[in-house]
Amino acid sequence: MSRGFTVAVASGKGGTGKTTIAVNLAHIAAGLGRKVQYLDCDVEEPNGHIFLKPQITGRRAVTVDVPQVDTDKCTGCGECGRICQYSAIVHITGNNVLTFEQLCHSCGGCIRICPVGAIKPRLLAIGEIELGTAGNVGFVQGRLRIGNVRTPSLIKKVKSHIRKGCLAIVDVPPGTSCPVVEAVKGADFVLLVTEPTPFGLNDLKLAVALVRQMGLPFAVAINRYGLGNDEVEKYCKSENIEIILKLPDDRRIAEAYSTGQMVVDALCEYKEQFLGLAHVMAGR
Amino acid sequence: MKIAVTSQGGSLDSQVDPRFGRAAYFVIVDTSTMEFEAIENQNIAASGGAGIGSAKTVIDAGVQAVLTGNCGPNAHKTLTAAGIRLFTCLSGTVAEAIETYKSGKAVEASGPNVKSHSGMDA
Repeated sequence: MSRGFTVAVASGKGGTGKTTIAVNLAHIAAGLGRKVQYLDCDVEEPNGHIFLKPQITGRRAVTVDVPQVDTDKCTGCGECGRICQYSAIVHITGNNVLTFEQLCHSCGGCIRICPVGAIKPRLLAIGEIELGTAGNVGFVQGRLRIGNVRTPSLIKKVKSHIRKGCLAIVDVPPGTSCPVVEAVKGADFVLLVTEPTPFGLNDLKLAVALVRQMGLPFAVAINRYGLGNDEVEKYCKSENIEIILKLPDDRRIAEAYSTGQMVVDALCEYKEQFLGLAHVMAGR
Repeated sequence: MKIAVTSQGGSLDSQVDPRFGRAAYFVIVDTSTMEFEAIENQNIAASGGAGIGSAKTVIDAGVQAVLTGNCGPNAHKTLTAAGIRLFTCLSGTVAEAIETYKSGKAVEASGPNVKSHSGMDA
């Protein structure tokens, strides 16, 4: 199969098991002979490496452009501040212009609108990307610098490493905000991981609303199945949403996780389920 | 001298709004005549940068001091850059806050007294 396929493993609620499912799926699919990449887009706290144990062979710094004002050229017209929708640049008085680089979205509007060319782009380092291999799995991970908030910009860079012809498994950050939108954007399929609890259901509904609005095909995976209640299943049935995987509430899975082991390696009986999932992904 | 008081309403009898960036109004008062003008805050529902936008509003109104409850780091930085004096921890009505200020009992802030986004849920 030469056509590439990108699966985003997402969830509304945090801690539902995105990484567990993403890394095990990557490992099993690679074992089937597919070209597989795992991309950790949970850049605020990437943890897929704990399970895949990759050999890192390359690092790239990721930067964004932020404005730098030449006060000698500035005439104090204030156009820069008026065009900025994020208050990242603000004209005080005279040629006194303040910039707040963490609020900047790098649109370049202030640079273009300045009538005297007093604003130039300056590089701001926001994080780094690590590249490597974990067995047969291509490994890419983004790590945001502490104190930085330009999460979507870094996620976009991580995804630029998706190779043609690969099954690319994108580990998405939790929630339904901008970083999630950036991480699932362009995916061929979204796997929404949830747990059968009221919190799991509430946040699943938010995630479903997001992927539907983005027009992305999706299905649900229920982790810790057997816990809580059957409201998630009822919801999926009433909304006509496919439940593609049910991973049981098994203490041994948690034990394997806590020691950084792959579920499919530690507990052979779950290999079948991930093989099934990998085949379904290959067929889409 | 013109000062800005963050306010929940548009008059001198309104309560001081404890938030700077997301205050409902800025009541701009001339302390010698007590003439005032209320500016509705356009930054109240901003997703971010509310403090900076609010600071810009009072800078453009030409005030020399701000009386409020709480002020975060970005607003503080912007007000300071404009040379505007900041007095925090004020409460009661706008008129009462001005009295406190005039009597010299208002305490000038040495820095921001809350973190970023503190006014988001208030």
